[in-house]
Amino acid sequence: MSQVFIPSHLDEVFSILNQCPEARLMAGGTDLLVRLRHAGADMKPPLILLNKISVLADIKLDAGDLCIGSGVSFSAIMVHPLVQDHAPLLAKAVGTIGGPAIRNMGTLGGNIITASPAGDSLPPIYVMEASVVLVSAAGTRTIPIARFISGPSKTDVRKDEILTQIRIPVDDGFQAQCFEKVGLRRSLAIAVASFCGRLKFAEDGTVVAARFAWGSVAPTVAGSPEAEAAVTGRRLDTESIKKSVAAATESLSPIDDIRASAHYRRTVAGGLLRRFLENLQWKKNHA
Amino acid sequence: MDIKFKLNGNTKALSTEPDRRVIDLLREDLGLTGLKEGCGTGECGACTVLMDGETRLSCLTIAAQIDGRHITTIEGLEDTDEGVILQKAFVEQGAVQCGYCIPGMEMAALPMLRQNPNADRKDIKIALSGNLCRCTGYVKIVDAVEQAGREIAAKKEGL
Repeated sequence: MSQVFIPSHLDEVFSILNQCPEARLMAGGTDLLVRLRHAGADMKPPLILLNKISVLADIKLDAGDLCIGSGVSFSAIMVHPLVQDHAPLLAKAVGTIGGPAIRNMGTLGGNIITASPAGDSLPPIYVMEASVVLVSAAGTRTIPIARFISGPSKTDVRKDEILTQIRIPVDDGFQAQCFEKVGLRRSLAIAVASFCGRLKFAEDGTVVAARFAWGSVAPTVAGSPEAEAAVTGRRLDTESIKKSVAAATESLSPIDDIRASAHYRRTVAGGLLRRFLENLQWKKNHA
Repeated sequence: MDIKFKLNGNTKALSTEPDRRVIDLLREDLGLTGLKEGCGTGECGACTVLMDGETRLSCLTIAAQIDGRHITTIEGLEDTDEGVILQKAFVEQGAVQCGYCIPGMEMAALPMLRQNPNADRKDIKIALSGNLCRCTGYVKIVDAVEQAGREIAAKKEGL
């Protein structure tokens, strides 16, 4: 039997972690409980439930950032007006996770800490250049997401810390964005590849900034500065799109696994970028 | 751990291991065997229950999490008008073959129909997208939920 703690304040979490460093934090439990089950009957660490801690359940605007509590469920994120206004990419991405019941349970903080290469919330969080807020009894650290996750299940969170909040800068001037996920089914499917893109245009149609990120094609979310550079500083045209897709396809290094071959993943990853750019090119020409 | 919760409208107070899976608590300790265990890992929806009116997988929920909450299982479905209409629609549409997935299907459909009885087939498919059925091919299940939606909407308008 696992010991189960149900703290209602962060201070209680810190003191439990201090007394019981082997305890595991549990938010939605949709990943942790499956892992513990697979680990076997003798794998029964004490659990610290986080769902009674109200500060983790907040969504608000603060100092130019959309701040989402780590304990907010995917379902709540999908329908929240602030998320729909300021981070529609994230609303769309978390809507592709699991099925409805999983989305009622699983949380954004859990998806980040799980740090799966296929975590569907991660590509939007990367392209929006979000940061995570980590709190311990000793203080608070705020770390950009790209520096926080270093590999599958590997993050920079310390044993005495808890991820409390995800901060997403808003009103950063990107006019075009997309999130797409390719899975073997439309629901309850882990991504074969996912893509998230954002573009900022000058008035004359010149691309002044591009942010691309892919899920499920590398140990963590993958970017491609080369693909971004290929479309930046010029208007979208057939040549720049071709160069960008070629650069992306070359820079990504996916693996073969049970769901798809590396070759298929690479092709899909490039195809998702091409579709995003070609749709925008068409819109610009027909505006 | 002592927990107290509402189960299909009735207060239950009991002592259990805090990490007991809610599916085991309901099926084995309380004898409510309507909900089923398919995968045990959140991929099939057969164990779906409602917690405070929202769908939730009882195989990935532990006893400590339901303290103070309202839990509805398939056994509580017939206590509501919508539930009765939904059950009848499944029978009339021939939506049940082996039946193993049906409690989960009906629990997944119920909150959606309560929120939006006029749900179209696309909405229905999304609401049921976390529930696997290996017999029916889903068409008759979607037909049944659609029929139930029409009847619930008609009943609401009639009132």
